[in-house]
Amino acid sequence: MSRLRAALTPYALIFPGGLWLAIFFVIPMIVMLSLSLQSGSVEDGYAFTFNWHSYADGLANYHDQIIRSLLYGLAATLLQIILGFPVAYWIAFKGGNRKSVYLFLMLLPFLVSFVLRTISWQFLLSDNGILLGPLKDIGLLPDGFRVLATPFAVIAGLAYNFLPFMVLPMYVALERIDPRVLEAAQDLYASRFQTFLRVVLPLSLPGVFAGVLMTFVPATSDYVNASVLGGTNTTMIGNVIQNQYLVTQDYPTASALSFTLMALLLVGIFAYARALGTEDVLEVAAR
Amino acid sequence: MTEIQAGPGAAVSAAPVSGDVPAIELDNVVKEYVSHGEVVRAVKGVSLAIAEGEFFSLLGPSGCGKTTSMRMIAGFEDPTQGVVRLHGEDVTNVPPNKRDINMVFQSYALFPHMNVWDNVAFGLKRKKVPDAEIKRRVGEILEVVDLTGREKRRPKEMSGGQQQRVALARALVNRPRALLLDEPLGALDLKLRQAMQIELKRIQREVGITFVYVTHDQSEALTMSDRIAVMNDGLVEQLAEPREIYERPASKFVAGFIGTSNLLSGTVQQVAGDTAVLALGASDRILVPADGALSTGATVDLTVRPEKIKIAKEQPEGDLSVVRGTVAEVVYLGTYNSYVVVLGDGAEITVFEQNAHDSTITAERGDTVWLSWQPWHSYALR
Repeated sequence: MSRLRAALTPYALIFPGGLWLAIFFVIPMIVMLSLSLQSGSVEDGYAFTFNWHSYADGLANYHDQIIRSLLYGLAATLLQIILGFPVAYWIAFKGGNRKSVYLFLMLLPFLVSFVLRTISWQFLLSDNGILLGPLKDIGLLPDGFRVLATPFAVIAGLAYNFLPFMVLPMYVALERIDPRVLEAAQDLYASRFQTFLRVVLPLSLPGVFAGVLMTFVPATSDYVNASVLGGTNTTMIGNVIQNQYLVTQDYPTASALSFTLMALLLVGIFAYARALGTEDVLEVAAR
Repeated sequence: MTEIQAGPGAAVSAAPVSGDVPAIELDNVVKEYVSHGEVVRAVKGVSLAIAEGEFFSLLGPSGCGKTTSMRMIAGFEDPTQGVVRLHGEDVTNVPPNKRDINMVFQSYALFPHMNVWDNVAFGLKRKKVPDAEIKRRVGEILEVVDLTGREKRRPKEMSGGQQQRVALARALVNRPRALLLDEPLGALDLKLRQAMQIELKRIQREVGITFVYVTHDQSEALTMSDRIAVMNDGLVEQLAEPREIYERPASKFVAGFIGTSNLLSGTVQQVAGDTAVLALGASDRILVPADGALSTGATVDLTVRPEKIKIAKEQPEGDLSVVRGTVAEVVYLGTYNSYVVVLGDGAEITVFEQNAHDSTITAERGDTVWLSWQPWHSYALR
């Protein structure tokens, strides 16, 4: 009896979570996949017809937005690595016993809603707002200069909004490095720069890898930043999908675009993992 | 086994060579650091000179300053005061990567993302040694530490003993002028530790490099060292050869830390020639070498090792230290019996008796016994 119970325990533990995922993740995915292959309209109703045209049309009409999204996502991710790595490094190695305070400060903006944070950026960057207004008044910037509605505003917003998801995994990887390993490198004639290049950087890669995964995907499919900080020339695929669902109510196209984006991201992630050598990355990560 | 050459200037003999410039010198070195707003003096003025080719141990309990002293030699800590010299040259402000010494770290600190070969070749690559020579030297040193054929292994795929030998090879391959070892055997089990002690000593003889060995394990230090500095509370308590440290401990601390010691104290009753007579109880008397320093009436702390003491049922004859007591405990330990004897004044004395002749024991619990030892076996402590 007790052996049976022991055998069933893992399944019992996984059951609530599994049920949750089945209802709220798997079923909607199937519904969406089915939707993407249906034809019809909101008024006349939809019918499942194996209609691949939503995919072909979606790609034909919105490839610009798809490519733009991937580029913005990539740019935001790179920006986050450049901004985030020194922060993670500093907290991990120089944070002393205040590490958790610094991490908390990093996460503080996250107590405010995502949309509200982005709207506050809109306020900050507006054409005659508190940042640009005074600069224009004293003639440092021309009157027509603007930041809002430029790719820069959208990318910066994306980078800002997802930054902790980049910093935290990098911090975890860096924090796990045994300081004695760094001393060993120094002891073996490595300068500080060589120690960083040969030891710190390779050992931090699993964290960078995880950070890229956690920021590139949501940044690429985001629509809030583009709609709040962007203009007509910075529309991302997330905005298109949102528009198709909620405004045009063309559910098949919206679903098809969602699946196209997901497929592209999956391919991208696998290519990235392959290029970086996941085996190595995971091996060090599992240490 | 491949012969590996020592670095320039390394002496062949393992014994300290007097008159030469010391390989390593600490000159009145002090290290203070601030912890939780308080100044902590980890090292309170240590001076020592380690000779070329010597196997030198820094021995002491945790927190005695031995590791801090070693880290100042390596360059990982800057002394608050004092001078560190390597081969006569002041290196107090030279960073670790510019010092021609290498370190074997506690828990090894191998590079987890590199295989054995890359770990060992790391130092030579930084020194821009030609590839062909790196290949030859790494191959040679891996043979010395018996790791040939495991070049492609990652550290975490190896046992503790193997990792230990990688750490040793990674340091030795650079042919440093001195090798610092920070409790390198601490993580190994007893059998392996004993084997590695012999192995380390062999390697040290073979390469002729100065070894500075930090340990809290007194038997390890006694086994391997040419000389030992026993440290306590940031100071060197005694610096001498292992035999001297054991036979003539300079302080209560050293006597208690190294091996088992009986600590006694008494008042000098009379000084006769070069021997002082101490009274303990009515029928007890202890003879101590006076060394011209003891005078009548002085209180003396002294120590005597358990294996120097003879236990008997009858009062022994001759010019011996003699005390009487009651056996409180008898423990059979195979190669010897251990007795705890309580003296008249309540002091406890441990006695070891070799199981040389037969397996019978001299005394039982509760017996009254006479303990005796030669005067030169008890040693007055400062």
